[in-house]
Amino acid sequence: MNRELQVRALTRVEGEGALRIAIEEGKVTAAQLRIYEPPRFFEAFLRGRQYTEVADITSRICGICPVAYQTSAWRAIEDACGVSVPAEIAALRRLLYCGEWISSHALHIYLLHAPDFLGYLDAVALARADRPAVERGLRLKKAGNAVLEAIGGRAIHPVNPKAGGFYATPAGADLKPLAQQLARALDDALATVAWVAGFDFPDRELDCDLLAAAEPDRYAIESGEPATARGLTFPPADFGSHVTERQVPHSTALHATLDGATYLTGPLARYTISSARLSPVARQAAAAAGLGDTCRNPYRSIVVRAVEIVYAIEQALAIIGSYRRPAVPCVEVPPAPGTGHGVSEAPRGLLYHRYLIGSDGRIEAATIVPPTSQNQAAIEADLLATAQAGIDLPDDELTALCERTIRNYDPCISCSAHFLTMRVDRG
Amino acid sequence: MRSVLIGVGNPFRRDDGIGPAVAEMIAWRALPGVATVSCDGEPTLLIEAWTGASLAVIVDAMACDEPVPGRMHRSEHPATWAAAGSASTHGLGIAEAVRLGTALGAMPGRLVLFAAEAGDRGFGPGLSAPAAAALPGLVRSVLAELRQA
Repeated sequence: MNRELQVRALTRVEGEGALRIAIEEGKVTAAQLRIYEPPRFFEAFLRGRQYTEVADITSRICGICPVAYQTSAWRAIEDACGVSVPAEIAALRRLLYCGEWISSHALHIYLLHAPDFLGYLDAVALARADRPAVERGLRLKKAGNAVLEAIGGRAIHPVNPKAGGFYATPAGADLKPLAQQLARALDDALATVAWVAGFDFPDRELDCDLLAAAEPDRYAIESGEPATARGLTFPPADFGSHVTERQVPHSTALHATLDGATYLTGPLARYTISSARLSPVARQAAAAAGLGDTCRNPYRSIVVRAVEIVYAIEQALAIIGSYRRPAVPCVEVPPAPGTGHGVSEAPRGLLYHRYLIGSDGRIEAATIVPPTSQNQAAIEADLLATAQAGIDLPDDELTALCERTIRNYDPCISCSAHFLTMRVDRG
Repeated sequence: MRSVLIGVGNPFRRDDGIGPAVAEMIAWRALPGVATVSCDGEPTLLIEAWTGASLAVIVDAMACDEPVPGRMHRSEHPATWAAAGSASTHGLGIAEAVRLGTALGAMPGRLVLFAAEAGDRGFGPGLSAPAAAALPGLVRSVLAELRQA
């Protein structure tokens, strides 16, 4: 018997999209996460703009991870212009990015993902059943937002960062209340790890390669070089030699491959490649939650995100603890014709930017490869396997299982697309 | 207890920016006891903004058939808001925020929504001429509401 299942508007994902599952004679023949509007418009209208405008424009791609877009942008611009920033400014950038990790992960864990494990329709039902848990999640998100406001000027689309640094930097005394809030948030973060560790996790193991930025002596957030779980490392400038984007008939978003193969970026990749570089407290929390040195189970990504919140809060506290106001808020970034590459670890995975700057300082070409585009093929491969394993389920249960599978990856469809609407074809 | 005026919308989507435009004009007045917030309508930000307020006034753009840009609708009945629709892609944000805020016991003393009909929902900054012309009247209505706090 042939069947077709559709979800026209996926819920509890960032942005809007659709899913189609086609089943013919007992075999799943298609599992498509449909994304209609990739960020190519941004790449097009960046052309002709001044190199100093890029970070502010690209931050508008996403309201959940604007700092990631700003960071990859200015890394690419500074790379092209041959500029590196002083350590104090680099530390503030890491602090700002920690705020985004805390806020984004708290939102996904508590409002989007946890209801799947606990059998609730949504976060509202979860809040009715376990109000203290959701209140804890909102406190964490608020703490992340407080970091974004203190360093970035506001929580959404921060206005203070710029190429070369910031328009203004805070005085040390300004950060003391933030440190107090983060110290309390660390308790909430550790409680979150313990909470999600108690969920039931179906057995699932991804065998594709994993890609994440990595650094030698710490867990990569705002910097690092692309590295794979199979041991390959390459500079950001070689990203295009390894990662190839291609069009697929069912989606205007591009699918990416790593050296010709499907791969995954995001928390599972970061953790598997760099768990040894987490702080002792974060490693201890991960071990207590049942994580080993690696994690390839997409259901357990919620645990990895919780551990990453712990790490981000610790990092933020450490940066504030040793904060010295930079002598100048920013360094000059004089324009230089040429190509620059930038990568950073958005909450959902590696985000790559490349810009070609002309002799007049205008952008001649721009390439942006967001994590959800990179992950789309891996998500569809997981959907195909999951739908095949659940093929005897009634349509509504199979549909719910497929939506849950997608949410494991926390896709940010707003970044990689604009409107996502699921369809299951059983012929 | 303070009051809060929350402008919801995206100033880069033409008339969807009418909420933030009202919030900016109210903020300039620096009214005592009145906080102003602009946001995209994400539920946790709304809850954070209105928690502890005796009165929260939200201004948002509304998509509708045959709109009269800037025409304003006032409501204190959240059950009707999801159907009202929003110009933004996160159209159910306020309704979801009300449901979540209610479940968490985190609602303002009173919540009033001013929904302004949006004409132009295209890309770019700036309100359409008719929406811009309606802005002062909308601000006056919001100020009158805030004075009743």
